[in-house]
Amino acid sequence: MIGQETIEEVLGTALAGGAELAEIFAEDVRRGSVNLDDGRIESLASGRDRGVGVRVISGGATGFAHTADLSRRSLLSAARAAADAVTGSAGSTAAAIERVETTPGPVAIAPGDIPKATKVELLRQAEEVARSADPAITQVSARYAESRRRILVANSDGVLAGDDQTRTLFSVSCVASGDAGLQTGHETVGLSVGFEIFDRYDVEKLANEAAQRALTKLQARPAPSGTLPVVIGPGSGGVLFHEACGHGLEADLVAKGASAFANRLGEQVASPIVTLIDDATMAEEWGRYAIDDEGSPGRRNVLIEDGILVDYLWDGIRARQEGRPSSGNGRRQSYRHLPMVRMTNTYLAGGESDPADIIASVDHGVYVARLGGGQVNTASGDFVFGMVEAYLIEGGKITAPLREGQLIGNGPKVLREIEAIGNDFAMGPPGTCGKDGQGVPVGDGVPTLKVAELTIGGTAS
Amino acid sequence: MKPEDLLTLARSVVAQAADGEEIEVACSFGTSRNIRVYEGEVESLTTADNSGIGVRVLADGREGFASAGSLDPDVVAEMLSEARDNATFAESDPFVGIARPDGVEPVDIELWHSGVSTTPTKDKVAMAVELERRVRAHDPRISGIRVAGYGDNEGSFALVSTAGIEAASEASSASISVQALAVDGDRTQTGFAYDGARQPQDLDLDQVVERAVSQAVDLIGATKPATASVDLVLDPRMAATVIGLIAGTLTGDRVIKGRSPFVDRVGEQIGAKMLSFVDDATDPASLGADSHDGEGLACRRVPLVLDGVLQGFLHDSYTGRRAGGGSTGSAVRGTRGLPTPGLHALAVAPGQGSLEELISRSELGVLVFSLAGLHSGVNPVSGDFSVGVEGRMIRNGELAEPVGEFTVGSTLQRLMLDISAIGDDLRHLPSGVSTPSIVIADVALSGTSA
Repeated sequence: MIGQETIEEVLGTALAGGAELAEIFAEDVRRGSVNLDDGRIESLASGRDRGVGVRVISGGATGFAHTADLSRRSLLSAARAAADAVTGSAGSTAAAIERVETTPGPVAIAPGDIPKATKVELLRQAEEVARSADPAITQVSARYAESRRRILVANSDGVLAGDDQTRTLFSVSCVASGDAGLQTGHETVGLSVGFEIFDRYDVEKLANEAAQRALTKLQARPAPSGTLPVVIGPGSGGVLFHEACGHGLEADLVAKGASAFANRLGEQVASPIVTLIDDATMAEEWGRYAIDDEGSPGRRNVLIEDGILVDYLWDGIRARQEGRPSSGNGRRQSYRHLPMVRMTNTYLAGGESDPADIIASVDHGVYVARLGGGQVNTASGDFVFGMVEAYLIEGGKITAPLREGQLIGNGPKVLREIEAIGNDFAMGPPGTCGKDGQGVPVGDGVPTLKVAELTIGGTAS
Repeated sequence: MKPEDLLTLARSVVAQAADGEEIEVACSFGTSRNIRVYEGEVESLTTADNSGIGVRVLADGREGFASAGSLDPDVVAEMLSEARDNATFAESDPFVGIARPDGVEPVDIELWHSGVSTTPTKDKVAMAVELERRVRAHDPRISGIRVAGYGDNEGSFALVSTAGIEAASEASSASISVQALAVDGDRTQTGFAYDGARQPQDLDLDQVVERAVSQAVDLIGATKPATASVDLVLDPRMAATVIGLIAGTLTGDRVIKGRSPFVDRVGEQIGAKMLSFVDDATDPASLGADSHDGEGLACRRVPLVLDGVLQGFLHDSYTGRRAGGGSTGSAVRGTRGLPTPGLHALAVAPGQGSLEELISRSELGVLVFSLAGLHSGVNPVSGDFSVGVEGRMIRNGELAEPVGEFTVGSTLQRLMLDISAIGDDLRHLPSGVSTPSIVIADVALSGTSA
C-alpha cells in the first residue's frame, strides 16, 4: 500500500517533535453483502475503505491523525498533525525497518472470485427451506456478507508487518406467527475463511434450525422471574465470559481501576474447575488474526488457570508502561481508530462432566440453549444477557420452552459459582465486540456449564 | 470541502446515468477532533478528515448500492460501477426507487455554529481536563475516572439525484463525556454522563459533573431489591431511551413487513390518554432538527401518537409508496448505507409536575439511573421487554436505598398503556429526543424472591 521509503520518511516526520514512538497503520478493506428480505433479494451492497492512521506516543500521551488520501503529501501532513498533538523530548530516531514474516489465515476460495449470482442463490435456497418448514413461518430474511481486510503496520522500533484477513458470514432470521403473537428465530455462522465456509455449514440446515427456533417459541411460556440454578448449553454461552469476565481482564481497564479483577493476579478468582483462554491463533475462528493492529503476532493467552488469575490482556501502550511484552491484543476497528486492548477468541476450556449429568443434577432451574447479546459494566462486573432460546428444567429434565427473558448477574460472582463444566466444548456464533465506540470481530465458546444461581428477569407473574 | 464542492462531485456522478437508469449520490466530508484526558494530562488527541460517498443505482425496479470512505476519483468511479453491477442481481420491485420531489418546502435551520472552528484546540483540551478535575473534586468518594473526553466535528453533506433532487447542508457538533468510578467495598460503581451541542460554548459542564458523580456515589451500597410491582420513574434521559425504543417500532419498514407490535393499529388507543409524541425535525430547538431527510426531501412534522391514539408511521419514499401515503420525510442514513425510515427529532408533549413531584407521588418505585441489555432484552417484533436496571428505590414518595442487579419486565405495548404521569421538565437531549420525565406504573421488578 505504501512504499518503504515513504514509510521511513513519515515515521521520521512523526518523531521530529520528540516523541518516543511513531507508527503507521495502513488498511484497505473491501466488503460485500447481499440481503434477502420479505421474499425478495433487496439489495447488494459493496464497500471500500482505505486509509492510513499515524500514531505518535510520548510518555502517557498519544497523538493521532488519519487520512483517506494515500499521497505522500497527505501522509506527511498526518504525521505532522499527530506529532503536534504531543510534546516530547525523547529525541528518538526510527530504527531500521525489518519486515516480520506473517502467515495470514488460509483462504481456499476467495469470496471475491465467486459470482454474485451464486451468493444470491444461497439466500434463495435458505428462504425456500425456512418458508416450507411450517405455514406459521410468516417472515424470512437472510444475509450473506464477506470482507477482506489487508493491513500494514510499521513503527519506529523497526517493525514492519502485514496481514490479510478474510471473513465470511451467513445468517437466517425467521418470524413465526401464532396465538402468542410474533416470535423470532435466528441462526448465524461466520468464520475467518473464504467461500469454503459453505463446505463446513449447510445452508438448508441453518435455515431449518432458524425456523424451528421461532416455531418452538410459539409454544413458549413466559420465563420465570427470580433466582434459579442455570445450566448454559455449549457454544453461545461464551459471550457471557467474554462480556462479564474478559473485559475486566483488559489491561487498560485494569490500570484505571475500572475492573473487578484489578490487583488480583495470582488469586483464586474462579471455581477451581475454570480455565479461561483468549486465543487469536484459533484456526478459522471469527476473532483470528496473524498480527494485531500494532504489528504484534496473535497469541494464545491463558487468563485464568484452574481458578487462579494468571494474566491480563495487553496492547503495546500498556505493555510498554509495565515493561513487558504485548500479548498481541492491540486492535482497532479501522485506520480511523486508535488501538486498544481487545479480546480475540475467548473461551472457557472444556471440563469432565457429562452434559446429561449436569442437567440431571438440577431439580428446578433454567436451561439456556442460546444466549444472545448482552451488556456489562466492567467496573462492577454486573451483566445482563438475553436468553434467545431457553427451557425450564424440572426434576432433572429439560421441559417447556420459555419466551425471551434476561439473565442478570455479576461476572466475578458467576466465576466462583460454576459448579460443573461439561466435556462438550463448542464455539458460539460470530460476534462483534463493542468498546468505547469501536467494534471488532470476536469469537467465543463454552462447554455445558452449571451456575449455582442467576437472576432470571422474565415476565411470568 | 464545502457543500458546493460536494454538490459538484455528486452532480458529476449523476450526470453519468444511462437511459432508464436512476442514480442518487450522497456524499460527505468532515473534520473531527477527539481528546481524551487522564489524570490532568492529554491521553490522546486525534485529528482527522472523514469522507464518504454512497451511490444508489436503479434500473428496471432493481436496486444496487456501493459506498466508500474516500472521494478519490478512482474510488468514486469504482463505486458507480459496483452499484450498477449490484443492481443487476437484485430482484425487481415496483415500489423501489429514489425519492421524487413532493413540493414540501424545507425549513431553514442553522446546523452549523462557528464555535467549533473558532475555539482553539488548547481550550478544548482545557475543557476536558476541567471536566475530569471537577468530577474528581466534587465528592471524596470518587475513586477514579475511566474516561473523560471532548469531541467535535464539522462537516458538509450533499445529495443529488436524477429525479432532480439537490440538497446540501453544513453542520457542527461538540460533545463532552465522563465515566466516574466510586469504590464500594470490593465492587466499583460507575456514573456516566455526557452532553452534546452544536458548539463547545453550549455544553453544560455543571450538569455533566453533577450527573456522573451522583450516579456513581448514589449507587454505593446498592443491593438487589425484592421482587415486586413498582412504578418506573424515568428522568428525561431515561424516558428518551424508553420512548425512543417504542417510537422505533413505528417505522414504515417494520410495518410493511409486519414486524412491529403496532401494525394495523392506526386510530386505536395504544397508549395512556396523557401520552402524545411527534417526530418533528422542523423544531429548531431540537438537536435532531434538520432541513432535509436522508433522501433529500424536506423534513416535516410527523404526528405519531396523540392522546394515546396511534396516528401513523414514519416512512421513507420506498415504504411510503408501498403503504400508499408517500414519504413522511423520515429517511435517515449516513453516506455508507441505504436510507431507511427512522426518527429525527422525537418530541413528547409535556404534562405537569417536576421530577421531584413525580417521585413524591410514588408509593413504591424505582428512580432509574441506567438501563442495561436494551438490545438483547427488547424484542421490537413481539414487544417483549426485559432490561437490567440500576437506580434508587422510592418508598412512600421518598428516595430510599440504591438498588442494582435486577430486571424489570413488561411489553412495549403495556409500557405505553401503563404510563401514569408525565412531567413538565421538557429537555432537548443530544440524541435529538425531547422529553420530560415519565412514570410507568405496575412494572414487574424481578429481584430476590420474597
